[in-house]
Amino acid sequence: MTAIPLPYGDDPDTKGFWDATRDKRLVVQRCKACSHCQFPPHPFCAQCAHDETEWVEAAGRGQVWSFGIAHGPTLPGFQNLVPYPMIVVELEERPHIRMVGSLVAAPDASINSVPASAIRIGLPVDITFTAVSDDITLPRWMPRASESLKP
Amino acid sequence: MTDTIFLKDRTAIVGIGETAFGKAMAQSEEQLACMAIKAALDDAGISPSEVDGLCSLNMENVFQHDIARDLGMKEVTYYAQMPAGGHGGCGTVGHAAMAIATGQANVVVGWRSRKRSGRASRVWAQLEQRIQGSRDTWLRPWGIIRPVDEVGVMYTRYMHEFGATRDHLANVALAFRSHANRNSNAFMYAKPMSREDYFAARWVSEPLCLFDCCLETDGAIAFVVTSSERARDCRTRPVYIHAAAQGFDGGSAILANYFTADPMRSQAATCAKSLWRQSDFRASDIKVAQFYDAFTPEVFFTLEGYGFCGRGEGAAFTEDGGIALGGRLPVNTGGGSLSEVYLHGFNMISEGVKQMRGSSTGQVDNADCCFVSSSDLGPTSAVVLRN
Repeated sequence: MTAIPLPYGDDPDTKGFWDATRDKRLVVQRCKACSHCQFPPHPFCAQCAHDETEWVEAAGRGQVWSFGIAHGPTLPGFQNLVPYPMIVVELEERPHIRMVGSLVAAPDASINSVPASAIRIGLPVDITFTAVSDDITLPRWMPRASESLKP
Repeated sequence: MTDTIFLKDRTAIVGIGETAFGKAMAQSEEQLACMAIKAALDDAGISPSEVDGLCSLNMENVFQHDIARDLGMKEVTYYAQMPAGGHGGCGTVGHAAMAIATGQANVVVGWRSRKRSGRASRVWAQLEQRIQGSRDTWLRPWGIIRPVDEVGVMYTRYMHEFGATRDHLANVALAFRSHANRNSNAFMYAKPMSREDYFAARWVSEPLCLFDCCLETDGAIAFVVTSSERARDCRTRPVYIHAAAQGFDGGSAILANYFTADPMRSQAATCAKSLWRQSDFRASDIKVAQFYDAFTPEVFFTLEGYGFCGRGEGAAFTEDGGIALGGRLPVNTGGGSLSEVYLHGFNMISEGVKQMRGSSTGQVDNADCCFVSSSDLGPTSAVVLRN
């Protein structure tokens, strides 16, 4: 039983994303007409208004575009984890795509496992996946191995 | 388009009403709404039975039917709710003006009533176990829960790109507090604040501390709009609605605007184009302004979006008392959401009216117009009032 707010995994517009994260894959939408890639997913292509998109895999490498540190009071499911970082990641191979994430020290570590002092804009990060319910696996991010050794 | 109806100066705000502001007030939200609306109508010298238009925000929990029944209104022919809460405050003024200019109504009332203790007052705290809606889906699972989290992350990036600091945030908080210290109805009237106080405050969501966040208060504010012709027969000096605009950019998101090509472009820029196209006054003509300030960084985005300064220059604009009384553009002369009351920006509207009447506790001499805006991080709205 998780106490954090989760999406429905069977929404028609986003099911493909959550199906992929359960297989430990990160995907974004690509327009079948103009090849524009977009995230967050939505029913039409934002560039050409075509109504057919497909899911394409992203490498899962990025850098921190921005971040903040949440202190309480907040929702009960997060209150025992404050202060914890919140990050926005820019994908390396598609810099126009950004996604909100959590920064963790190891694949199964808590979302408060990386100290604020270790986070900066531009920090390289790699994806990891954490199953948080039967149907939802969340992508999370770890400082790239070469980076996490720095003081 | 020869039959286009332009809004310029065709309508006027003729009444404003405010309750006391406080915490844990005894009255219900419905009672507070009625108190503010009745006070606004009394201010104008108009009977509730003459009201035929009602405008509010989508977060308003006192509905048009409640208001019309409670105050004995008869035949209501125009009603509208603006989306996105605090982004729509000035939209209610614009819709009131449009309704009157196009003959849909003769007397329109706008209001906002809110109790922090009201069950619906803090949207983020009512999140269900499973998230509905595409916006929250891409934020909440990773712990971006509250509006302050969303804006804090935006401001970290803003600091990085433009060299802004927490001192600039303090400039905003301190300026508005000093204005509240002159306004006896302001919640923070009797509480001066120093820069040391600001930096000693607890974090809420780094880089934002307690004093970067608006108050959590109870109260209600209402305004009355009618035609400029009718306005000249009302009790008060008419405050003309000179220009009114709304705007947002395709692809943008409310508050957590991380996903567009250029998130640091103020979303107010689109609203600004429409507003200044309608207005005889330019940004450089504005001597006093009321900005939505649920969080201090919003003031920088508003300054930039409406052209009071250039992109990335909003923080520096606040240096040397830039937005305090006596500065180059006094902002939130009644104390704002940070220090007067938080009512989704309706106190910006009433303070704008007071400036145009010459009755503000932070009166700016010779102000012939007042700029008023709603939250710029989203589908926003703004008006220019003149006397």
